[in-house]
Amino acid sequence: MFTKSSRKPSAALAAAATLALVATACAESEREGSGGDDSEPFVFASAGDISTLDPFFTSDGETFRYSRQVFETLLKHESGGTEIVGGLAEDWEQSEDGTEWTFHLRDGVTFHDGEEFNAEAVCANFDRWFNMTGPYQDGNNSYYWQSIFGGFAENENEDIGEPRFESCEATEELTAVITISEYSSVFPGGFSLAAFGIMSPAVIEQVENEEITGEPGNFTLPAYTQEAGTVAGTGPFRVTEWNQDQAEVTLERYEDYWGDPAGFETMILRAIPDENARRQALEAGDIHGYDLVAPADVEPLEAAGFQVPTRGVFNVLYMAYQQETNEALGDIEVRQALAHAVDRQRIVDTILPEGGEVATQFHPDTLDGWSPDVQTYEYDPDLAQRMLADAGREDLTVEFCYPTDVTRPYMPAPRDIFDVISADLEAVGVTVEATTYEWTEYIPRTNAGDCDMYLLGWTGDYNDAYNFIGTWFSGPSDEFGLRDQELFDAMAEASSNPDTEERVAAYQDLNEQIMEILPGLPISSSPPSIAFAPNVVPPNVSPLTQEEFAEASWQ
Amino acid sequence: MLRFIVRRTLQLIPTLGGLSILLFAWLQRLPGGPEYALLPDDATQEQREALRRALGLDEPFTVQYLAFLRRIAQGDLGASLQTGRPVLTEFWTRFPATFELSMTAMLIAVSVGIPLGYLAARRRGSALDFAAVGGSLLGICTPVFFLAFILKVVFAETLGWLPSAFRLSPGLTRTDITGFVLLDAVMTREWDVVWDGFVHLILPGLALASIPLAVIVRMTRASVLEVLGEDYVRTADAKGLHPGTVRTRHVMRNAMLPVVTAVGLLTGSLFAGAVLTESVFAFPGIGSFVYSATQERDYPALTGFILLIATMYVLINLLVDISYSLLDPRVRAQ
Repeated sequence: MFTKSSRKPSAALAAAATLALVATACAESEREGSGGDDSEPFVFASAGDISTLDPFFTSDGETFRYSRQVFETLLKHESGGTEIVGGLAEDWEQSEDGTEWTFHLRDGVTFHDGEEFNAEAVCANFDRWFNMTGPYQDGNNSYYWQSIFGGFAENENEDIGEPRFESCEATEELTAVITISEYSSVFPGGFSLAAFGIMSPAVIEQVENEEITGEPGNFTLPAYTQEAGTVAGTGPFRVTEWNQDQAEVTLERYEDYWGDPAGFETMILRAIPDENARRQALEAGDIHGYDLVAPADVEPLEAAGFQVPTRGVFNVLYMAYQQETNEALGDIEVRQALAHAVDRQRIVDTILPEGGEVATQFHPDTLDGWSPDVQTYEYDPDLAQRMLADAGREDLTVEFCYPTDVTRPYMPAPRDIFDVISADLEAVGVTVEATTYEWTEYIPRTNAGDCDMYLLGWTGDYNDAYNFIGTWFSGPSDEFGLRDQELFDAMAEASSNPDTEERVAAYQDLNEQIMEILPGLPISSSPPSIAFAPNVVPPNVSPLTQEEFAEASWQ
Repeated sequence: MLRFIVRRTLQLIPTLGGLSILLFAWLQRLPGGPEYALLPDDATQEQREALRRALGLDEPFTVQYLAFLRRIAQGDLGASLQTGRPVLTEFWTRFPATFELSMTAMLIAVSVGIPLGYLAARRRGSALDFAAVGGSLLGICTPVFFLAFILKVVFAETLGWLPSAFRLSPGLTRTDITGFVLLDAVMTREWDVVWDGFVHLILPGLALASIPLAVIVRMTRASVLEVLGEDYVRTADAKGLHPGTVRTRHVMRNAMLPVVTAVGLLTGSLFAGAVLTESVFAFPGIGSFVYSATQERDYPALTGFILLIATMYVLINLLVDISYSLLDPRVRAQ
């Protein structure tokens, strides 16, 4: 074979060149003509492929982006906002002690398989989840159920918590009553989680005997979760294909949808893990939108005519103090001094995408419970220096950790953020010893209290302040080395109060207390960016990244 | 010949055995664990512990390794932690994509590299030689992601000739028989799919070809130069053989020996090179899966994929050795 090409190398070269030319020319002709016709598929790129067609089994955001278009939940967050509103339930009420939740369901809703939606359908779903057995009870396969509703009808493993769920009753055709054993602040937010999308009872019956096979760590989800054709929800799109070898999910408009019909006839979700590749694919016209835009790409994209709508913030980045590994940080005056030393506005202005803001407390103002009256710590290096001197800590040395290989929605460019903070701290005389870890090691290290100070943050699941502050300050932990029983008790009391108004007021008090104790310095909240092609009318962008793509259309 | 093949195949066993121990030990020592990658950030310590126990990660190293060997012996590579699907299934769904991409890259590298290297050697010191040597140096030095970026800016964004990502256009329907897009499409006469698949191979193929192309140009050039100076070439020329015969039978056949070895090794390394190329072009093959498996600490998938890739690598080398012995009778005799 090689003799042939070696005899006439120029001919081979010429042939290759011709082929390439023809290829490119024809490719061009094929790629023309994206028009305003709503039958043209809308292609959206996410960072990863989905993992299951039945969202119950996962805790993965990419899967939830798909499932929110196909399945609806009893409650949801308002389009583009953070208020919890009715979804499949038009409205709802709770008993005084917060253990009985009555959902008044929407009329005239049908599932994609033609089944009618009613209270029995709702209860069929909850009963199915509650009665799961065997590998379904593994924490990996029912993460959100266990987080919100505790255990199962019959727990098969001592690691699983007591069930919080008691029963679901269809008291009327369109009234479902869900009873829980004890109120917790995960309600009503928990009812809005995408994992609890309502599926057709006919499908539930059909897949009743399908099992998760394998052993822990080796689970294979049932076949119906891997191939489109079985699952059916009530959402504006139905899923018609999941092509796993192309990492492509195809959604078609559901013509009998109870609400406004979807603006696109076809929506395709494609995985592009690399953030630069996503941007280039949008610029090249291969896709029409993507999520997780790098903050540095926002301006160039906008300048080139692309749309990068600003999401509301629903996360917080903080700088934690570990009060036990470094005893100087046990001194409130030192913690306050360091808070005054950091120019948070500069971080927001220079590193965060547009829409970012300085945080005054441990969650953004998009959550109920945010207090306007917390103690604030203005940037004042002179004051910081004086306070350190007063505390006798002019020669303070701290070990400061940040992760190397990661960007989080709340923490784009950890290294850059660290650089600003470290320069500010050095400016008031603090010696900063930097330590870096890879992300997967970073979390265990900081959880174990291995770092004096470090950067970390949180993105909320639903609108309840406890989803933020409860994560850190509900009990003694090594993350902060905080041992404040009074605070922990107050937290527990607030979060178990079923009266929403009282609970929100209690959260405000707690936020004020926390900012006086100052276990860490909240730095900023920043919106994760999403981008669209110029010819798309984007959906309302959601602080919780819960966009409803049915709202979008071609211009 | 048969003994040679059998012997080389048997050598696979200790190679893979050693590799599996190394791999297993290495994965065990990676910081953090799947319990951090798999569960959301807010999972409690208890939830993480429970997952570790469920995954058997609390067992001692040897117990885990033996369990792993037992499963492998049964042909069970476990399930991917990211997708919950069997690792073997994941591998074979993605293998055709990587195979097509690697072959495209190799085809580009060989069909351009060998003639170019030969011409550069024949016209040593010419502008062509200078360009070939300089260009190949550039090819070796340019990181794939940068080359990919440039290719995309030029051909996808500015000119709009070629797609910047994916293996097929979104929404394109095709009949799946073997998983090999081009093969299937030719078999079913879906010419639009053949075309679409071909167009999507060009940019990633070029990016992936850059290093092997550069290596092949340089190897061919050096090798041809060396052979041209050999006595037997002078003898053949002197005894009045047709110049074409001298070039093909004496120069090229001898000069190709090291090049064939290089092509074999390079083909194996293309699977590794595909990790970066595929992620940059969102090409859904083995490479992009390994990339995300690393990020997610997907141990079963990583172990399985690396073992399978290693097996392929060894098999390709076996093929190279066989072809080597066909080209060079001296190897067979040993």
